[in-house]
Amino acid sequence: MITRRRLLEGASAAAALAGSGLPPLAEAAGLDLPPALPHGLRAAAVLESLPGKKPLIKLSYRPPNYETPIEHFRTAITPNDAFFVRYHLADIPAADASVLDPKTWKLAAGGEGANTEFTLGIDELKQMPAVEVVAVNQCSGNRRGLFVPHVAGVEWGYGAMGCARWKGARLKDVLDKAGIKKEAIEIVFNGADGPAVDKTPDFIKSIPVWKAMEETTLIAYEMNGAPLPHLNGFPARIIVPGWTGTYWMKHVISIKAVTKPESGFWMNPAYRIPIGKFPMVARFLTQENAANTPITEMVVNSLITSHADGATVNAEAVDLGGIAWDGGYGIQSVEVSTDGGRAWNAATLGQDIGRYAFRTFSFRVPAHARGKLTVMARATNKIGQSQTAELIANPAGYHHNVMHRVTLIVA
Amino acid sequence: MRALTIALLATLAGLTPAVLMEALPARANEKPIALKKAPGLDKVEANCGACHSLDYIQMNSPFPNAALWDAEVTKMIKAYGAPITDADAAAIKDYLTKNYGS
Repeated sequence: MITRRRLLEGASAAAALAGSGLPPLAEAAGLDLPPALPHGLRAAAVLESLPGKKPLIKLSYRPPNYETPIEHFRTAITPNDAFFVRYHLADIPAADASVLDPKTWKLAAGGEGANTEFTLGIDELKQMPAVEVVAVNQCSGNRRGLFVPHVAGVEWGYGAMGCARWKGARLKDVLDKAGIKKEAIEIVFNGADGPAVDKTPDFIKSIPVWKAMEETTLIAYEMNGAPLPHLNGFPARIIVPGWTGTYWMKHVISIKAVTKPESGFWMNPAYRIPIGKFPMVARFLTQENAANTPITEMVVNSLITSHADGATVNAEAVDLGGIAWDGGYGIQSVEVSTDGGRAWNAATLGQDIGRYAFRTFSFRVPAHARGKLTVMARATNKIGQSQTAELIANPAGYHHNVMHRVTLIVA
Repeated sequence: MRALTIALLATLAGLTPAVLMEALPARANEKPIALKKAPGLDKVEANCGACHSLDYIQMNSPFPNAALWDAEVTKMIKAYGAPITDADAAAIKDYLTKNYGS
């Protein structure tokens, strides 16, 4: 929604920039993007629909990077047609290309850390025991655009995430069929998408064997009861509950057990966080070095979704709502502050649909005097981790979990 | 075939065919990104645009200073293997810093 405040702000910003040659802000296109995002993004982002999708916030066309508007996060499950899209590389096969067509799609399993190698078709995968898990898929760089100072990259706002009910075969069952040698340390994934030029490193990722063998690490072929949307990994993708989206390989066509650490660009130097800056329980030890380590589990986080920043409310009680999530320990509590973070009051948690899922919360703010009312949310998980008040700077702009703050105008 | 056609058109337009020969056709939903008209824009369109849409430049502006834009172009060449000549890289860095930098 476009608020009056935002309109005025946009108008004054546009006036101030009139001599700078920068294009006008995207508010004209009906977007209400956080003012903290880079001006260039706010000017260029537009709401656009990809095939089969509702309008999402387009950050880049090629490769496609589209984030989900906040209003789709008012429920614990994110609909498939509103689910965000994120690609690193631009060569994405069409849904009916033979490499993705379920009639011809093949998943190759093997590697030097496995006893055998074989291929599976989609029907063979579906004949294996099916497992369902509700899990949040969040880009490591979600909210990168809010970093101060800015960090270069895809300048995501709040919407590079979603939560779905995933159904598929256990990765463990496929690995057991291949026979994993005791020397195997990592499981390496590749997808059917690739780079625009041959010299660009293909997007290849690995996870430690222990994470690959968890009961809920899946090769998923369904999302919210339907086939995966093309741009969310059709016909099958890896699901790594609790861990950031970088490991959730889309269009997966290869799974290899290896006895040496995967050394490609996308494992190192990409997707690294400095040692000692973030609370980490799940560690990827075969990839760690003295300075940095792969990003693994998501940090605890929450988002107010009932009201846009700058929304006008009346002076009666305001019913706030939102979602909270973490790396799979489960949400213990969400608290809301209406005084800038001095006093905190417990919100009511919604239904628990799984420890890897979004957990909804609600909170009634009592009647309030006219003027500005700033509300903040803070989630704590079941191992006592909570959100940060100050940004934890890191070179690639990952793990933004600064408490979300929304200013309402009481009129 | 389509990539080849694009490369031929690019050649006619005076762009850099060596880069575009390998470029993929734009996605059907992709709309042209109009960057600021200034010296070096042709090099940006021919080189950067071969692998990604040019909205990446807009969205990362105007905060990068000359050093950060330099690092980004260098990353595209060294880490991502973009086949950009030294002369073109210099022109691209200059264009980005002057038009989309701080």
